[in-house]
Amino acid sequence: MSGEGLTVRDLRVTFDGFTAVDGVDLDIRPGDLRFLIGPNGAGKTTLVDAVTGLVKATGSVRFGEQDLLGKPVHKIARLGIGRTFQTATVFEELTVVQNLDIAAGAGRGVRTMLRRRKDVPEPVARALETIGLSRLRDRPAGVLAHGQKQWLEIGMLLVQDVRLLLLDEPVAGMSHDEREATGELLRRVSEDRTVVVIEHDMDFMRAYARSVSVLHAGKVLSEGSVAEVQADAKVQEVYLGRACEPEPALGPAPTPAPAAASVAEEA
Amino acid sequence: MTTITETPPAPLSARLRVPGAFVLGAVLLLGAAPLALSDFRLSLLAKYLCYAIVAVGVSLAWGRGGLMVLGQGVFFGLGGYAMAMHLKLADAAATGETLPDFMQLYGTGDALPWWWKPFANPGFALAMTVLLPMAVAALLGFFVFQRRVKGAYFAILSQALAAALSVWLVGQQATTGGTNGLTDIQGFFGYSLDDPVNQRMVYFVIAAVLLLLMAAARQLFVSRYGELLVAVRDSEERVRFLGYNPANVKLVAYVVAAGMAGLAGALFVPAVGIISPALIGIVPSIGFVIGAAVGGRASLVGAVLGAIAVAWAQSTLSDAFPGAWTYLQGLLFVLAVGFLPGGLASLGIVLRRRRTRTPATGETA
Amino acid sequence: MTVILNQSFTGISIGAVLLLIALGLTLTFGQMGVINMAHGEFIMTGAYTTYVLQKSISGAGVSLLVALPVAFLVAGAMGALLEWLLIRRLYTRPLDTLLVTWGVSLMLQQLARDVFGAPNVQTHAPDLLTGNISMGGGITFASSRLFILGLALLSVLVLTIVLRLTPLGRRIRAVVQNRDLAEVSGIATGRVDRVTFFIGSGLAGVAGVALTLVGPIGPTMGTNYIVDAFLVVVVGGIGQLKGSVITAFALGVLQSVLEYSTTVSVAKVIVLVAIVAFLQWRPQGLYTLRTRSLA
Repeated sequence: MSGEGLTVRDLRVTFDGFTAVDGVDLDIRPGDLRFLIGPNGAGKTTLVDAVTGLVKATGSVRFGEQDLLGKPVHKIARLGIGRTFQTATVFEELTVVQNLDIAAGAGRGVRTMLRRRKDVPEPVARALETIGLSRLRDRPAGVLAHGQKQWLEIGMLLVQDVRLLLLDEPVAGMSHDEREATGELLRRVSEDRTVVVIEHDMDFMRAYARSVSVLHAGKVLSEGSVAEVQADAKVQEVYLGRACEPEPALGPAPTPAPAAASVAEEA
Repeated sequence: MTTITETPPAPLSARLRVPGAFVLGAVLLLGAAPLALSDFRLSLLAKYLCYAIVAVGVSLAWGRGGLMVLGQGVFFGLGGYAMAMHLKLADAAATGETLPDFMQLYGTGDALPWWWKPFANPGFALAMTVLLPMAVAALLGFFVFQRRVKGAYFAILSQALAAALSVWLVGQQATTGGTNGLTDIQGFFGYSLDDPVNQRMVYFVIAAVLLLLMAAARQLFVSRYGELLVAVRDSEERVRFLGYNPANVKLVAYVVAAGMAGLAGALFVPAVGIISPALIGIVPSIGFVIGAAVGGRASLVGAVLGAIAVAWAQSTLSDAFPGAWTYLQGLLFVLAVGFLPGGLASLGIVLRRRRTRTPATGETA
Repeated sequence: MTVILNQSFTGISIGAVLLLIALGLTLTFGQMGVINMAHGEFIMTGAYTTYVLQKSISGAGVSLLVALPVAFLVAGAMGALLEWLLIRRLYTRPLDTLLVTWGVSLMLQQLARDVFGAPNVQTHAPDLLTGNISMGGGITFASSRLFILGLALLSVLVLTIVLRLTPLGRRIRAVVQNRDLAEVSGIATGRVDRVTFFIGSGLAGVAGVALTLVGPIGPTMGTNYIVDAFLVVVVGGIGQLKGSVITAFALGVLQSVLEYSTTVSVAKVIVLVAIVAFLQWRPQGLYTLRTRSLA
């Protein structure tokens, strides 16, 4: 177990008066495989956005010894924090190898940048093996299947050599086999890195999570092992209670209308 | 665990394609054209090649980097004026005057303006033809890219810059020659431009610079930087999360393109004998992009050939049928950009794709 | 004091012209994201419409009043045609629309040259709009400028009412804010686009009518205004009318104050520098719709 942990204290994100993240505290130890779950609009993606510098936030986010809030996105990335997006974002016109080579290259010197890539760098070859795309390495990323793009994204984080991976719904839209392969991949990756996964798929969460945080209405509702969280009455109320009664009297912030929230999530 | 770490070598014919094309281009430009063309036609070709040099930069910044560089006239003009100021001062010195002819005409005083003085030095003036455009591009680019101003905004700001510079030049008649610009340039570093032999020499310089810059741009295209530039064009935000600052990546392409345009402007002056605000404003600035768009913005050779072809068509057809040429030019633009965004360079790929219905993966450079 | 007041009145009237020419762009560029370089030629169309009507209708005042709706319809129809023929194919490539419409603008300019001749033509302003109106204290205001100011404010008012209060306006705003959602909600986005383009281009025609009062009418008149008009929308921000209104008047006053203290050409350069500086502070312009997208 190596790497740094992520410490979040009293994190708040507000969009035009709407509080998306409302005082979140998180402690993610080095080597953890943490799942963030919660209903749509709970603030999961916004939390990741805040940690990676995409949105402004107040409070404090520390990664190891480093304070993250207020740093620009690319500086945070260089501290060893990488993320994926709900919709796989790869460079479609570039080949798989080119995608990975770019991910490996932040911090390259001017002279390296101005030269042509002669061969496949060692870390890129290893990542190709890990994500199982060696055979497709010279294909443009745009022609990959959805699941393969997601793996390529994870591969890009591996060659980027991040210490903390923040994955936003990595198995959404994947077949059963692909999910299993992804889960195993995450397990292997988390052996020497810290992984945080946002997921809606409860089976996937139960199978692979080492610890779980449940977010609801911008707050942490519950935290612990899978079993602990599943036994938590508050969690049951949010997840099950919503099915029986449309208006759960939970939390001070009103739950946004599900439709509006899911639009915001998609955006 | 059998990983192949070596890219299998491409067949010899493919590896020789690019150097072969380069040699062919060099033979055509430096050998065939000077032999086959009259002095007059060769000097026209020299002018078109200046536009082609601008197109090399446009292909880099716009084709590869996705930056809508609609203000290349500014950089072309800065390079041109820097060169013309030196040549005017040299002409004046050759006849024993201290002031260029137009200043004596509109004269506000006997003294040379302070910002003209350093241009008497040839080394300074030559350096400025490239450094001045690059500095202006770096300044504008830094402020625009750093704050992630949108692409459309950047295009409009570039145009506004072109408009502002040409209006400013027109306004400062006493020191810039106003609407007329700097004209009637006699000599080029001691060689008389009236002499056809020296005109041919200017052509060779321009052709050599074009070939050199194309080789340099080609190296940028295939380098890691070139791959990164495409990545920034297609998904800037993703690049940011990989730890790069896309602003710097774009800035390099923009500044290099500006330097090329400046050099083109500088070479344009001895080739044509004039630099004026009419070559700088919004209309010529968009003109610099037309050729690249028609030929194929992402393809270096396409952009260069497109620029030469459009310039040739412009000067050949616009004299004979001025009205018809404008319609044709407009139509060319609509068709090339609207219906063939890869330009003529992509025509082969598009047709092939239509025939076989398989995605083309070939590199278009 | 008089100087300052006079300069700010000049600024306001420059601002009114800017506002009028930029108003159509707040729809086509601001709402739809299309960089339509032929917008300037729609302005030109409005101006030539006034010229033609004045030749056939005697009485400068009547012809001017008739020209306003006619120019709106003519320029609007041309805009809708352009949208249908070309622009709707290019919504995924906004920067390319700039070049395509530039090609269209070249052709329209040549068309004007072939029909009306290359030299500028003149219209006669109605008597009512030729004099100056004294505001007291030595301050005067050209009545044609006052007319333009009134027309600009009226256009803003009408456009605001259309966008805010009519079903059409609701549809336009829905398409701007979320095209896909609007489409699946049963809005014919293609038709809304065409109507939006019709109105935006029509407003350029109206601006063209107004411009006949302050300047010559010629094939290239649109080019002189187009970049300034785009700058207004850039600084004002996408999607909100009030941004463009404030910006037009602010730029107008800034321009006239600078012109007074320096020269026209230097003023232009300073205004541009000020705009770039402003975008450092507000890269998206004065007002903006905030969304949570990556791009």
